[in-house]
Amino acid sequence: MTNTLHRFGAAESLQDDYIVFAMAARGINEEGAPPQLRTFLRMALKHGPVNVGNAVEGGIYRPTPRLNPLAHWRRPERLDPEAVVESIDTCTTAAAVFDDAARMEAFLRDLKEAGLGLSVNVSALTDQARTCCGRAGITRHSVEYSLGFHGDLNRLPERRVLELSTMCGHGMVSHNLARKMMDWVREGRRTPQAASSYLARFCTCGIFNPTRAVRILEAARKGA
Amino acid sequence: MQIDQSKCVACANCVPICPMGAIAIDPALNRATVNLDECVECFACHRGMSKEHLNPTLVRTIRGFFKLLRLRFDPEPDVCPTDALTPQELTWPRVVRRAFSDPLVPHESTGVHGRGTEEVKTNDVTGRVGQGEAGFTIEFGRPGVGVRFRDIQKMTMALAPLPISFEAKNPVFSLMADPATGSLRPDILEEKVLSAIVELKSALEHVPQVLRVVEEVAPTLDTIVSVGVSTRCDARGEDALEPLLKREGYVCYRGKTNLGMGRRPAPASA
Repeated sequence: MTNTLHRFGAAESLQDDYIVFAMAARGINEEGAPPQLRTFLRMALKHGPVNVGNAVEGGIYRPTPRLNPLAHWRRPERLDPEAVVESIDTCTTAAAVFDDAARMEAFLRDLKEAGLGLSVNVSALTDQARTCCGRAGITRHSVEYSLGFHGDLNRLPERRVLELSTMCGHGMVSHNLARKMMDWVREGRRTPQAASSYLARFCTCGIFNPTRAVRILEAARKGA
Repeated sequence: MQIDQSKCVACANCVPICPMGAIAIDPALNRATVNLDECVECFACHRGMSKEHLNPTLVRTIRGFFKLLRLRFDPEPDVCPTDALTPQELTWPRVVRRAFSDPLVPHESTGVHGRGTEEVKTNDVTGRVGQGEAGFTIEFGRPGVGVRFRDIQKMTMALAPLPISFEAKNPVFSLMADPATGSLRPDILEEKVLSAIVELKSALEHVPQVLRVVEEVAPTLDTIVSVGVSTRCDARGEDALEPLLKREGYVCYRGKTNLGMGRRPAPASA
């Protein structure tokens, strides 16, 4: 999954977007990984992530298989991070999204102490990741840079739509839905928070950043 | 994906959900229909929408009444009121669409969910990319455009003569007819997927050469190409790739950093 590499936006637009994810290597250290992945997420929850996810079962924002029709008037948002943790029973990718570098850095310190043996990656601005690693006493092992999009760029939608839709690198958040939510926020039909929740439910890995989405939707509402 | 015409009430909620824009209301039928040639079987509609399981006749009657009055209900946008989205049985070669588009289906070739690749994310355990080497992830179809394998083949055939090696633990590699030429299986060339990643490795000194070919071929494809380049850091955590990319004129400020916390299991004692 290069799900998080190509999140679109200028560096200033990515200042509140830090994804930390853990995984085991297939055929090498996957045996016994599920309990370690659960530990990884439980440790993350102590630092206030804005989303967590299990790439097989989903994140904390999920669709409802049997929705009560009254939800059109009052829709309860039951966010249950513990259910995400408990759902890990196979080798998967566990991810935690932070909107604050200091929280992420504190989580990295805990991970270093814990020595879970899983491969842990930070997907974020590389300079900030490097700084946080340095302060946490972690030496970077490898790094992958996004060189962005190439080819017929006329096929891409406008900037704000891309900023929203690429927060699910698997493409489950469509450009059209992102555009619709921007329009609904502009028209006063939904709050940025509600619109962000609709979008987040389509991201099956739980790496959609609702804080950043609210900020982008709010900026779109103001025409910024 | 199909839409059960006996259940659909033409609410159009699913229309903007489709990442490929393959769903539309057919005015003659007054039902939503799927353009199966464009549908990549990603299941975003079926899995991502909440469902109410309402009686379709009742919903159509209410909608019809409101339409007469020129009133419009303001529904939740991510709900299918009648559970009308229906998966179809997929056979070869169409099944390839789902394997490459639905992130919850693990690739048979690698066992990995999503796009089926581990790349540099487990490099601390696999040692896939070493110092002095560069790993490339060349992704087609992202974001929200989709790609047919014939376009991927154009790129793999252009890259194959270069001093590179394709990564064998990769779903696209498993569909190559001849890795030496970069050709893919002919029976999948017209299949469309949400995205697919080709992974390859080269010496660091060949990075500009590889990127030049990618830049030359990408505009000739009917899709978008997203490029990632990785390397192993030295003992101080520094990498030689970033200055090289900057010298080549690339702007690179976002990426993934592997923290080196992965461990191989201790060998079993005899």
